[in-house]
Amino acid sequence: MVSFTLRRLGAGVVLLIAISILTYSILFFSSANIARNLLGDQATEEQIVLKEQQLGLDQPFLSRFADWFMSALSGDFGRSWFTSEPVAVAIANRLPITLTLVAVAILLTAIISTLIGMLAAVKRGWMDRAVQIGAVIGYAAPGFVIAVLFVTIFAVQLRLVPPVSTISPGATAAAWFTSLLLPVIALAINAVASSAQQLRSAIIKQLERDYVRTLRSRGIAEREILFRHVLRSAAPAGLTILSLQFIGMLGGAVIVEQIFALPGIGSLAVTATASGDIPVVMGVVLFTVIIVIVVNLLVDLVNGWLNPKVRVS
Amino acid sequence: MTEPTPAGQSGVVVRSSVFGRIVRNPLGLTAIVALVLIGAAAAFAQVLAPFDQNFSDITNTLAAPGGEYILGTDSGGRDVLSRLLYGGQLTLASALLCASVAILIGLPTGLIAGYYGGWFDSTASWFANMILSLPGIMVLLSVRAALGPSVWLAMIVFGILLSPGYFRLTRTVVQSVRNELYVDAARVSGLSDLRIIARHIMSVVRAPIIIQTSIVAGVAIAIQSGLDFLGLGDPAQATWGIMLSDGFRNVYLNPLLLVWPTLAIMTTIASLVLLGNAIRDALEDGQKIKAKRRPAGEKKPSRSAALPTVEAGTEQHLLKVSNLAVGYPQADGSIKKVVDDVSFHIDRGEVLSIVGESGSGKSQTAFSILGLLPDTARIVGGSIQFDGAYTVAPGDETVSSERLSALRGRRISYIPQEPMSNLDPAFTIGSQLVRPMTVVLGISKAEAKARALELLAKVGIPNPQRTFDAYPHEVSGGMAQRVLIAGAISCEPDLVIADEPTTALDVTVQAEVLDLLRTMQRQLGVGVIIVTHNFGVVADLADRVVVMQSGRVVEEGDVLEILRHPKHPYTQTLLASMLEDKTPMTKLTVDAAGGIA
Amino acid sequence: MTGTPILTATDVVVEYPGKGFRAKPFRALHGVSIAIEQGKTLGLVGESGSGKTTLGRAMLGLAPVTGGAITFDGQDITHASRRQRRALSRDIQVVFQDPYTSLNPALEVGEILAEPLAVQGVAAKDAKGRIRELLDRVGLPQDAVHRLPREFSGGQRQRVAIARALALSPRLIVCDEPVSALDLTTQARVLDLFLEIQQDTGVSYLFVSHDLDVVRHISHDVAVMYQGEIVEQGPAEHVTRTPDHPYTQRLLLASPVPDPVRQEERRANRLRLLAEQREQDAQAGAGTGASISAPADDAEGVSVGDRA
Repeated sequence: MVSFTLRRLGAGVVLLIAISILTYSILFFSSANIARNLLGDQATEEQIVLKEQQLGLDQPFLSRFADWFMSALSGDFGRSWFTSEPVAVAIANRLPITLTLVAVAILLTAIISTLIGMLAAVKRGWMDRAVQIGAVIGYAAPGFVIAVLFVTIFAVQLRLVPPVSTISPGATAAAWFTSLLLPVIALAINAVASSAQQLRSAIIKQLERDYVRTLRSRGIAEREILFRHVLRSAAPAGLTILSLQFIGMLGGAVIVEQIFALPGIGSLAVTATASGDIPVVMGVVLFTVIIVIVVNLLVDLVNGWLNPKVRVS
Repeated sequence: MTEPTPAGQSGVVVRSSVFGRIVRNPLGLTAIVALVLIGAAAAFAQVLAPFDQNFSDITNTLAAPGGEYILGTDSGGRDVLSRLLYGGQLTLASALLCASVAILIGLPTGLIAGYYGGWFDSTASWFANMILSLPGIMVLLSVRAALGPSVWLAMIVFGILLSPGYFRLTRTVVQSVRNELYVDAARVSGLSDLRIIARHIMSVVRAPIIIQTSIVAGVAIAIQSGLDFLGLGDPAQATWGIMLSDGFRNVYLNPLLLVWPTLAIMTTIASLVLLGNAIRDALEDGQKIKAKRRPAGEKKPSRSAALPTVEAGTEQHLLKVSNLAVGYPQADGSIKKVVDDVSFHIDRGEVLSIVGESGSGKSQTAFSILGLLPDTARIVGGSIQFDGAYTVAPGDETVSSERLSALRGRRISYIPQEPMSNLDPAFTIGSQLVRPMTVVLGISKAEAKARALELLAKVGIPNPQRTFDAYPHEVSGGMAQRVLIAGAISCEPDLVIADEPTTALDVTVQAEVLDLLRTMQRQLGVGVIIVTHNFGVVADLADRVVVMQSGRVVEEGDVLEILRHPKHPYTQTLLASMLEDKTPMTKLTVDAAGGIA
Repeated sequence: MTGTPILTATDVVVEYPGKGFRAKPFRALHGVSIAIEQGKTLGLVGESGSGKTTLGRAMLGLAPVTGGAITFDGQDITHASRRQRRALSRDIQVVFQDPYTSLNPALEVGEILAEPLAVQGVAAKDAKGRIRELLDRVGLPQDAVHRLPREFSGGQRQRVAIARALALSPRLIVCDEPVSALDLTTQARVLDLFLEIQQDTGVSYLFVSHDLDVVRHISHDVAVMYQGEIVEQGPAEHVTRTPDHPYTQRLLLASPVPDPVRQEERRANRLRLLAEQREQDAQAGAGTGASISAPADDAEGVSVGDRA
């Protein structure tokens, strides 16, 4: 188990470095006109050269990457080219909102879709059909479309909630709740629809295994078979499904935050992208990747722990 | 009894084209029609659209539908219908591009990785995992930040991001096929790898790829619209995402503007998903059988009604099966019987063997006694009584789980065929032995553990404590079967049903397990039903034999009598097929029907 | 053994690469030697993990041979290239165990039978005629050509597989447990077919099986495999009825006979033999010899029998 953990951890670090290089090189090779963009059309050649020197754009790729990477390791992700705000600060201010949004949504998804998937797998019948239909609808309506419909219906038409979020990092719990309710639901609906169906298949697959029949023959109650044996065996598949949903939600949060005007890292990324603020984009991408890697690592470890072949060796 | 007319079961399998089955599925047909219409509308946008996508009537912004502008105008005074049509063009084309890129990367790499394995497989899998853990939109944002607002570029990048899906899918399918014997046979025939892939592997990969594509295209449309909605697309070109964004900005003034692009996006994606589902269903061969509705007049047999008492004079039998028939409802409403008019009994301390070939219904009979038939099975007739009380009363349609759960584990227990798959890999062997004892016997955990260790020693396991603590994957198949036998006798049942208990084992291990079963049976004095196809096993263990063929009992009697002087021609044929005492290299079957060598 | 062997294997070693970095390779065959004569059948018998299937696959070029040599008709085919294999496929063919996975479910029987012919460049028209002959030969109806494997029963599928093996009139067919997945009566009919084909065409078989009775019935010579080695080899009648090696003796007595009285005798003989062998092992010291005569399951498996 220890060597398993170390291997997964190592793989995560390698992945992180690889992605940093990849993202950095994409941004590096496309930042040719950035100084002119920053200074406007009136800037003279000298001013541009000076600005490029300030930004370090005149350095060769490797040394720039090394500089950036070393300071990133010490928590310094540079400053925004436009607002001069340190990237780390900008992200730290906005991360709680995004994380709350996604964490609550994934938790909701996990609970609801496990319940629905389990019921559909065990009871079959109408419940089963409802899950199939729900899955089609879930696929068909992208999260942002649902979000738009939510705002239109609940905020604009029914005026139940404010159309624009009122939260900031220091806001009250009540403000967080009302502001996050709709975004969380918008994110979760989609995920629930598709993961309930996948969880259903995973549970059915376990229910059809030979040992379930043998457990029945031993006089073990149906409920115990389901909760102690079947759910446990289906858990690795379920966790993998949910971790993919989680990655999807981080992306979905970008658009949902924009629609509900939530000041999370998603909206930070969109603003930075539109203006070409590369240090900010880079920082946001890196932070999301770190989150994803950590989540994947946790899922791997839990799955490894659930599997006696890994745990015992 | 020689080979019947040498024909396959013609007429049983109806072949029809996959496309035919998709079109006959109402949802599939709807999806195809919708997609064709949407595709045609987009393709002929130039002809169909009344205005150019960017023609703007600034005097008439946010016009209501009707008149010159059929669906009204947007905030820039542009015709909504025209933009919807042109938008479809770009949206569909970008979905196509995205899916093509994903397939072009994922399919060949998946084929190579799955077929050859090795370093390419590990490298490609590593890359696939890396790409999968990238949050898609973030990557698209950085590409947009770096390279500007190009739909095509974004879709190519998104295609790359989606390619691991195809890679993994193809790889898994190829790996499952690569070791199929028919691929080996093709290799022995000298087919080149390229021809093997083209002929034997692509045909298997094709369908999952098409299904995956229907979903990927939907995702691409969602993402492309999402990017445009965020204002990160090219504002000069109409897309459904830009229209949605425009509608959203004017949601107070004209919420109707939201409706059209939403409808377009959702209809297109839903059609794609439904098409994918229809293809999947068509490939699964329409195996699904509709649950038979109970006719209105027919009452559900009420469980609370008192059980009828069994026929007088039969109470002393440990188990009595009378005229049992088991069937499965078919798609056409008929019921296919797998067990028909089967009767036999077993007394305490007796070993009865049910013997027959595959399809004889011997296992189905055993599972009806245990109440472990699949959910779709129906008791079509007959009854089963255990120790003087019905478990399946005459007229019952299913085995009552209520009645059986009082007996299973307690008084009737089960030894399965395949030792490994019948232990839960996630629990130790010990806990799987202890739990039934605490439930059934109501003893404490410590007591049950002591008993389990005793049992493990009893079934010939050398180091009971070590096996008790082990997980199933840590013991051999023969050991696992001993554990299952220990489990079956742990609660001192009156009847043990063993379904081909030695078929999955090697001959030398089989002999040991047979020894064990015999010893156990003698020591505990239990009744045992052995389901088997092996007359050697019958001769070794059984007191009496029931011979089954095609769901019916053809002969029943004392073991010595049946094995030495079989009366029914089928039993005679079966025994004539045994090789043990035959002259080598002589013919085993006789051409004239009924003649026995 | 008289006559000239058509195929020989000399000290063949097969090793599968181990899983993971620098893992020890798994040695499935530890230097195995056999010879198959023209028109004769060599039966290869052993339990799971004995390496019998691996040896058959090595002949076919489907297993990695890392030592020794295999010759066919005097020609070394140990590491034959794909091109050589294509030429060899005229002479060496295969029938696999599982008739359900040895036929591509998506291809019609006619297409399956045409495949080996097409590889050898037989014209489509000639191939059609040949396929008709083959179906006749294995007792399948002519209309099978346009049907899919799943429309046939297990025995009939195995006939299709045999027809495919016969398509190029090979001189040797490797039969890997070809009747183990079949019902008893079907097994008898398929064995009859194998014998009939050999009488008519003079083909040689390498017949792999776990069932001593099957091997005795169809083979001229028999080799017994245990843990990647051949422990005994000789004329079928001798090896399968009065074996010399302790393992073969155990194997023979382990297989139950379909008569309660004789089975009781056999069981007693088996328990006596096991007791004797254990005693010999004890005398030889618990060192090297123990492994080979230990029961396949676990060393103490017989203890139950003793208590009986």
